[in-house]
Amino acid sequence: MRISTFRPLLTFIFLSVFTVGIASSKDSESEGPFNTTELIFHHIKDSHEFHIAGDITMPLPVILWTESGLVTFMSGEFHHDAEGGTVVERNGMKFVNVHEKIYQLNDGAEEVEFDAESHPINAERPVDLSITKNVFSMFLSMLLIVLIFVAAARSYKKSDVNVPRGIGKILEPIIVFVRDEIAIPNIGEHKYRKYMPFLLTLFFFIWINNIFGLIPFFPFSSNLSGNIAFTGSLAVITFIITLFSSKSYYWKHMLWMPGVPVYMKIFLAPIEFLGMFIKPMALMIRLFANITAGHVIVLSLISLIFVLNTLWVSPASVIFVVFISVIEVLVVAIQAYIFTLLSALYFGQALEGEH
Amino acid sequence: MSLALLQETATVSYGALAAIGAGLAAIGGGIGVGKIGASAMEAMARQPEMQGKLQGSAIVLIAFIEAIALFAVVVSFLAMDK
Repeated sequence: MRISTFRPLLTFIFLSVFTVGIASSKDSESEGPFNTTELIFHHIKDSHEFHIAGDITMPLPVILWTESGLVTFMSGEFHHDAEGGTVVERNGMKFVNVHEKIYQLNDGAEEVEFDAESHPINAERPVDLSITKNVFSMFLSMLLIVLIFVAAARSYKKSDVNVPRGIGKILEPIIVFVRDEIAIPNIGEHKYRKYMPFLLTLFFFIWINNIFGLIPFFPFSSNLSGNIAFTGSLAVITFIITLFSSKSYYWKHMLWMPGVPVYMKIFLAPIEFLGMFIKPMALMIRLFANITAGHVIVLSLISLIFVLNTLWVSPASVIFVVFISVIEVLVVAIQAYIFTLLSALYFGQALEGEH
Repeated sequence: MSLALLQETATVSYGALAAIGAGLAAIGGGIGVGKIGASAMEAMARQPEMQGKLQGSAIVLIAFIEAIALFAVVVSFLAMDK
């Protein structure tokens, strides 16, 4: 099949799966007017079960660390109830799922009670180590990355002249791009080698997870890189590496920069000091907001059909979704690139010495 | 108008306020992206041989501007929860 006919067909299949998925989830619980905000937030939030299609969901393990030890059970025991109505009992402790947060009922309580702002009043949250939808998705991407890169490394080993074959052939230009366009210009010719493993991991991990978020059917489709805990962890790792590779020059220029009048130093030092923390914060929010916004836009456009409650909007809505999805393919790559680029830039700043 | 009357008549919809905030952020982002686009086009017209490099850096800069607009969207999201 020629690529020019193949590509629209693929897009069409993706979109029909996506639209039908949402339409069927609407049918199964259609009471009252269609609530767009609820649908969108349900999609972008983490979940204790993985929705596949229609009424089919995959239960995921719930792992809790309570005061009296570890408790595990499958999320199927909640019977898709995220309102707190279904109580699961283990070792005399009662658990409920309130909006995808697991609460442990206090002693003597039979069911969860809410205050005026619908926060539970007679339950506490144990330490939740569950394999949620996002964690599942992360394991999947880790597995994929390991498979791809082990295959690539093996193809280098097999060849006598260091020419890769198969998947290695695709990866080589990307790895060289990360080295020549991100690492060397920002970190420097002599010290970049030490940071390459981290930068490559960052780039491919973010990119693959972003792409997983764009694929709208079962084992993918979770909004992992649009989860602030995920982006926050990556940003914290970047921050820690920056601190550990910093030289005295970096600290001197931040806290008491030479060549600046003393009264300016007093103003600049706190600003620069805060800047040290704001940089990783900006990294965190940039990735989170970009990916979440992409998901929200796609879902809003699809929701237009249900909000206006007519089938005639769907061609326009689908065309817009195709348009946004094409932009998103670009955006997810650019976001992975920017996260890696800025991390390299911060490492470079920390490593800078006297000229 | 006294404060008591204001409290009685006005029921503040945080969702609407958040939407206005997101809209204002979009204006800012639009101005920024427009300026970058204009300058990039002009630079490309002056030096067509630099097109590849200019396009690359323009896209990266647009991503930065877009991120600022999206920061505001995140703040709107947080405000909507209240």
